[in-house]
Amino acid sequence: MTTLTNANFRSEELTQKLVASIRAITTRPWNIMEICGGQTHAILQYGLDQLLPAGIQLIHGPGCPVCVTSLESIEQALKIARQDDVIFTSFGDMLRVPGAGQDLFSARASGADVRVVYSPMEAVKIAALNSQKKVVFFAVGFETTVPSIAQSVLHAKRNGITNFTILPANVLVPPAMHAILSSPENRVQGFLAAGHVCAVMGYWEYEPIAARYHTPIVVTGFEPVDILNGILMTVQQLEAGMHTVQNAYRRAVTREGNLTAQGIIAQVFEPVDRNWRGIGLIPLSGLGLRPEFQTFDVHEHFELGHETLAESPLCIAGSVLRGVATPHDCPAFGRQCTPGTPLGAPMVSSEGACAAYYRYQRVKA
Amino acid sequence: MCLGIPGQVTDIYDMEGTLMSKVDFGGVVQEVCVATVPEVKVGQYVLVHAGFALNILSDQEALETIKLFEELEKFNQEHPSGEQPE
Repeated sequence: MTTLTNANFRSEELTQKLVASIRAITTRPWNIMEICGGQTHAILQYGLDQLLPAGIQLIHGPGCPVCVTSLESIEQALKIARQDDVIFTSFGDMLRVPGAGQDLFSARASGADVRVVYSPMEAVKIAALNSQKKVVFFAVGFETTVPSIAQSVLHAKRNGITNFTILPANVLVPPAMHAILSSPENRVQGFLAAGHVCAVMGYWEYEPIAARYHTPIVVTGFEPVDILNGILMTVQQLEAGMHTVQNAYRRAVTREGNLTAQGIIAQVFEPVDRNWRGIGLIPLSGLGLRPEFQTFDVHEHFELGHETLAESPLCIAGSVLRGVATPHDCPAFGRQCTPGTPLGAPMVSSEGACAAYYRYQRVKA
Repeated sequence: MCLGIPGQVTDIYDMEGTLMSKVDFGGVVQEVCVATVPEVKVGQYVLVHAGFALNILSDQEALETIKLFEELEKFNQEHPSGEQPE
């Protein structure tokens, strides 16, 4: 019998023990940011924020790949998807994200061949079966997703599948943490680092960040017990005036991370500057294909151009993603903006803070 | 998107030069690429995201984490909820 099933980390008994410990050690208010949108959803789904002492405020971070993918990338995706000889493939979340006008779903309704895939490897298989078509994969996601995309590119190269390309839009967590902590509007005092990003990358990269900004960082998993354990360890550090990197997700994460996966990433990708939707340009916060893999970059095959596009004037997604506003601060929340008619990406994604508030009924009276 | 689901490896094989596996998620079996964890063995648990294994999960570490929580009980008895430690 294994202890590794998620059920072990949803135990009510352990949850209560952890909440009691957090209550016992908390002497003053603390602002803690969970980076990952998956954690935001778990926190709201299980009502963990409501179990904490009143002073502990959880700030929702930018860890929603769909939310931070730039308008420009989405417009490029739409432009590519509308070509007759293209099969455009993407993770499902991306399809309903509004661009400046259309989304990928409506492009599909107008006749574009847009397909949802669970894994980028499926896109490579589609390419192998449709050699007369250009198969493009929308490469979004953080370090968790990058090994799968890098490995798919390697698989395509090894097997001579030349009609497979990617639209590179991947982003990295550490540069975003730098951007948040160095901002004058920052109010984050401690971080829950994203456990599955760390499963791949380890957590050594966070040690200079914790030291430089005097901010504790605790690697945290996704089940209620994991999240509360991460919060407990962060509060312990804050109360003691410490700022180290600790690991509350040891069954999945080591300090070094998965070195094979990191090697696969480094073989295919290199850091590039990237524009984050709602946040702006963050230096070296994205990944682009290395020169020897350039032929897998869709930009080599299509003239896509660069456009400056305007967001909905009502939407405050940028402030939500930077952790300076909550969905409740938005006058459009639940009115003009709902999951059915989203104005911004955080209302669409299964990791977006606005969708989490809407879904779990956090409606202010 | 960073969802990772634990599952048990039941078979490992080569697919056109890429290391693949079958992973059992509580009865549902799916194909998962394990090129990212080439040392994996049948019977081990992996954390799976987008059809790829992110890492091999450690049963030993999971046990130790749960054991640590048992010690919270002692701490909580010494510091009942709401009461601050000295």
